[in-house]
Amino acid sequence: MAADDHHSHDHDHGSELSDLQLRVRALETILTEKGYVEPAALDQIVENVETKIGPHIGARIVARAWVDPEFKRRLLADATEAVNALVGYDPVAAHLIAVENTPKTHHVVVCTLCSCYPWSVLGLPPVWYKSFAYRSRTVIDPKGVLADFGVKLPPETEIRIWDSTAETRFLVLPMRPSGTEGWSEEQLAALVTRDSMVGTGVARSPQEAAR
Amino acid sequence: MTNSIHDMGGMHGFGPVEAEANEPVFHAPWERRVLALQRAMGFTRLWTIDGGRASIENLAPLTYLSSSYYKRWFLGLERRVVAHGLVGEDEIAAGRGLRPGIRLNRKMNAADANAARSGGFERPAPAPARFKEGERVRTANIHPETHTRLPRYARGKTGIIEAVRGCHVFPDSAAIGAGDNPQWLYTVVFSARELWGDEADPTVNVSIEAFEPYLVAA
Repeated sequence: MAADDHHSHDHDHGSELSDLQLRVRALETILTEKGYVEPAALDQIVENVETKIGPHIGARIVARAWVDPEFKRRLLADATEAVNALVGYDPVAAHLIAVENTPKTHHVVVCTLCSCYPWSVLGLPPVWYKSFAYRSRTVIDPKGVLADFGVKLPPETEIRIWDSTAETRFLVLPMRPSGTEGWSEEQLAALVTRDSMVGTGVARSPQEAAR
Repeated sequence: MTNSIHDMGGMHGFGPVEAEANEPVFHAPWERRVLALQRAMGFTRLWTIDGGRASIENLAPLTYLSSSYYKRWFLGLERRVVAHGLVGEDEIAAGRGLRPGIRLNRKMNAADANAARSGGFERPAPAPARFKEGERVRTANIHPETHTRLPRYARGKTGIIEAVRGCHVFPDSAAIGAGDNPQWLYTVVFSARELWGDEADPTVNVSIEAFEPYLVAA
């Protein structure tokens, strides 16, 4: 929806944007002058979220789970422990839960109350995840939302929605695409999209990846 | 406030979900600064994550609906620093500091920003869990005027405890400065029919993460 979309909102209201820019700058100035924040810390936070966290971390976890049954078992039993042992940078502060997509059940993650998202494994959430449309519809019309993403599941597949209403976070383990037997972890990780780890997509097929 | 506009599950009218191809992490430089200010001020521990959420939920509904995500963060943060006596309304109006700041117990430096995030929300359990996996429970029909994480669409509904997630900080208490008040947390699954009526899709189930005070045996 336009009202929650940064692009249309900001571009449609250029003067409001500059007013907001000024207010943000003013608040940063005040908080800095009063000694509450350090500019170097602010810059470091931005650098970390822009360059260190992101869906590449989740993709590595998924690829490992596809090739290593013991890692997959640990991931599904205690994702926080399994992920922290695999990934160095940002240990999962929240309690991470991995859920496995199968032909029987397809999992989708949402946060109807705000925008809770597993930052440490997927990075910052995309605008659509934070949009009013996604937050409102996913729990009542998941098939409609999946259709918005071009995802059509077999009619017998059950859909399970996870509403992130506490400090638990969810990582969907998508199904491994067929035709990838013998692939390396690195090759497999390239098939794992962000959306496939939220449940609004599936992993890319080798054919899609080759395009 | 709890029955406010942020509690969106099941609402109609917001249109299709529109994903942006090759979306950047931020869409404008000021968004970076808002995120950084939010993280750095959160480090002071002057308020909890739920206190932060509450200040956004308390925005006027029209403001909430017409503001982008990071604008809502900004408006919530601006309110919070004033409400906690860190910044005066006169300073916000002037756009600069007019007095020295108060002394903080914790202030984030670049090394803190870079260090592993600490904390977490699990706490030692003051009592054993009341429910176990597989039990039927009913969610409370509550409408507190303060913060809660029990969404409206899942109140007064019957579901099954799927997992016990440990004992966690209770947001309803933490948001109002009433301490951690640790409570058991459960994944509770409802059929779409229980939530939305007999016409709902029988192949859909929805779970919430529910704190023990939200639940009674069914």
